[in-house]
Amino acid sequence: MPINITMPALSPTMEEGNLAKWLVKEGDQVSAGDVIAEIETDKATMEVEAVDEGTVGKIVVPAGTAGVKVNELIAVLLEDGEDASAIDTSGGSAPAEKSGGDKVPAVPESSSAIEVGAKAATDPVPAPKNADGDRIFSSPLARRLAKLNGLDLKALSGSGPHGRIVKRDIEEALAAGTGKAAPAAAEAPKAAAAASAPAAGPSADQVLKLFDKDSYELVPHDGMRKTIAKRLTESKQTIPHFYVSVDCELDALLALRTQLNDAAAKDKEGKPAYKLSVNDMTIKALALALRDVPNANVSWTDENMVMHKHADVGVAVSIPGGLITPIIRRAEEKPLSVISNEMKDYGKRAKERKLKPEEYQGGTTAVSNMGMMGVKNFSAVVNPPHATILAVGAGEKRPVVKNGELAVATVMSVTLSTDHRCVDGALGAELLAAFKGYIENPMSMLV
Amino acid sequence: MKSSTVREALRDAMAEEMRRDPDVFVMGEEVAEYQGAYKITQGLLDEFSAKRVIDTPITEHGFAGLGVGAAMAGLKPIVEFMTFNFAMQAIDQIINSAAKTLYMSGGQMGAPIVFRGPNGAAARVGAQHSQDYASWYAHVPGLKVIQPYSAADAKGLLKAAIRDPNPVIFLENEILYGHSFEVPDMDDFVLPIGKAKVERGGTDVTLVSWGIGMTYTMKAAEELAGMGISAEVINLRTIRPLDIDTVLASVRKTGRIVTIEEAFPMCSVSSEIAYQVQEKAFDYLDAPILRVTGKDVPMPYAANLEKLALPNVGEVIDAVKAVTYTA
Repeated sequence: MPINITMPALSPTMEEGNLAKWLVKEGDQVSAGDVIAEIETDKATMEVEAVDEGTVGKIVVPAGTAGVKVNELIAVLLEDGEDASAIDTSGGSAPAEKSGGDKVPAVPESSSAIEVGAKAATDPVPAPKNADGDRIFSSPLARRLAKLNGLDLKALSGSGPHGRIVKRDIEEALAAGTGKAAPAAAEAPKAAAAASAPAAGPSADQVLKLFDKDSYELVPHDGMRKTIAKRLTESKQTIPHFYVSVDCELDALLALRTQLNDAAAKDKEGKPAYKLSVNDMTIKALALALRDVPNANVSWTDENMVMHKHADVGVAVSIPGGLITPIIRRAEEKPLSVISNEMKDYGKRAKERKLKPEEYQGGTTAVSNMGMMGVKNFSAVVNPPHATILAVGAGEKRPVVKNGELAVATVMSVTLSTDHRCVDGALGAELLAAFKGYIENPMSMLV
Repeated sequence: MKSSTVREALRDAMAEEMRRDPDVFVMGEEVAEYQGAYKITQGLLDEFSAKRVIDTPITEHGFAGLGVGAAMAGLKPIVEFMTFNFAMQAIDQIINSAAKTLYMSGGQMGAPIVFRGPNGAAARVGAQHSQDYASWYAHVPGLKVIQPYSAADAKGLLKAAIRDPNPVIFLENEILYGHSFEVPDMDDFVLPIGKAKVERGGTDVTLVSWGIGMTYTMKAAEELAGMGISAEVINLRTIRPLDIDTVLASVRKTGRIVTIEEAFPMCSVSSEIAYQVQEKAFDYLDAPILRVTGKDVPMPYAANLEKLALPNVGEVIDAVKAVTYTA
């Protein structure tokens, strides 16, 4: 039996990905573990490894195809002694649109006696979802029975041609007690659909007709751009944002940083073991502040407050074409040198889009630092499941009043955005006060 | 019950109606002296004389028109076509004269006439003499169209057709003439026009056929039973008016339907059944409606090709497997 290779789910939330590149071609021998393709997910490019050995019999989805659904057939691997003709049977499970239509049993023309629109009925493998997305094929009878019995067709797999759900599948689900329509599960796709449609605003046509035809060029969105649009629209639409700002004096921190960097051990080539940045120290300060104010280290769900035991700090990294937020896990426990080196590695791999999903998914808060670009102050959009995000401006010399007299200090303005559902104003202020305490008394970060 | 061939049943039906009603007479090529080209009118000349059993010249348009005129004038002619292929000569009389008269005369005048004879493919008679006209005539308002399968259908429905005040197209089949069936042994056995018969009960799929299509269908149902698929077989008997209610009741039970006929697929009786079933029982369908028909080609003369052009039991079984998702 030829082995079907399907689009892998590279993260729990992945629904589709772009097939960026094939590293094998039809006829190539592969063994288990060989990298056969690169897949662009929401934010990263991932490698796909072969899990079986054999010969690549057919590449069903060509390189460069965008929006390939998880579990869709992308290639067929032949085992020893099989030749391409074996694909005819398994290839029938491929969606006709994607496979270019060859090898798919044709519906007999009217000159045939039997107009078996379902000649592919021998197909034992439930076909993947149709290319147009959520269309679930089911017989009218199956739909009626599912409705009568409160079954969710999305939860069932069809045994009919092209994955059609038929009466038999409903009866089996009823016997097994599966496929019940959970109200939440039924709502989720709707919510997702709503969220994925930020184009509730003006349509593409409406936008484009405001400009002269030759005054622009169109650049298609990549996966990252779509994810940013989707997640931030969702955030701004569902999270009630609340903002708290504070100024922090940096002089002590800058002095300590110089002292620590000077003390860094050097290897044979004279390269220091670490080189702390203000940003590294900001991450640490925020992590410690969250440890001290645990009620702010939370995530919102409709049923519960998720009280996190560690401060996992996401750090927004600007990369060509967008941004990504790799996460320093348990930052409150990590020495500054560890945080600093982790950030260097993340930053480098982020620019190459080689971060793994587990490196940028989750987290309990985030830092977005635009100080290096001279920004004085800004407010950031909370990135769920976080409840807070800290927007960090530039450290700059400003006149300050100390003991009733004018003085000069290096001051950095920060603004904390909070999800007001779980972090109220006073709590946000408490968190910022703790943060300011660490920044202005940086030695406390070391003990 | 007594065993009877379809041939005998048809003859008995005509004889009984001619005894019952002096206005009934038979006309056609070779119906009298030769006792019928296919011996359907055997013995009628002896019993009813040349006044009521009339040989005609080989002129379908002429004697069909004569028959329609006689019907309009109050007689009840039975016009035998040696085959319905030849009735293409007379189709203007059948449709324009017979079928439309009641309507166009505002109900003042009708044409109580039966056009009967073998229809469809026999064996090795070529493209021009192997055509099934069921859907042609079923298309026309003002006609009734009957296509019997068994001897009982033939007898009961021909008697009903002769008594009916409207023009009736009675489509027989040369191959079925020699088949024997049980026929109720009673004085006056008449079947209602427009009522289908459930020939075989079943639960998994509805098979609808009529005329010679029933032979493939009954054999397929038998073989399917051996495979564990329970097929309900409906013998339509009348094409127009169509007994869709019997079909729908069965489809609502089984969720699947396959129609079987020898005619061409395009605009066939199957097409009409499929349309009405999807309209009236959509929510009960578990599979697409499939049809097994003759191929969409003129009937080949070569025996091997002729066989391929007609439906067969295997095709019926394949279609049933497809709609029951057991292929």
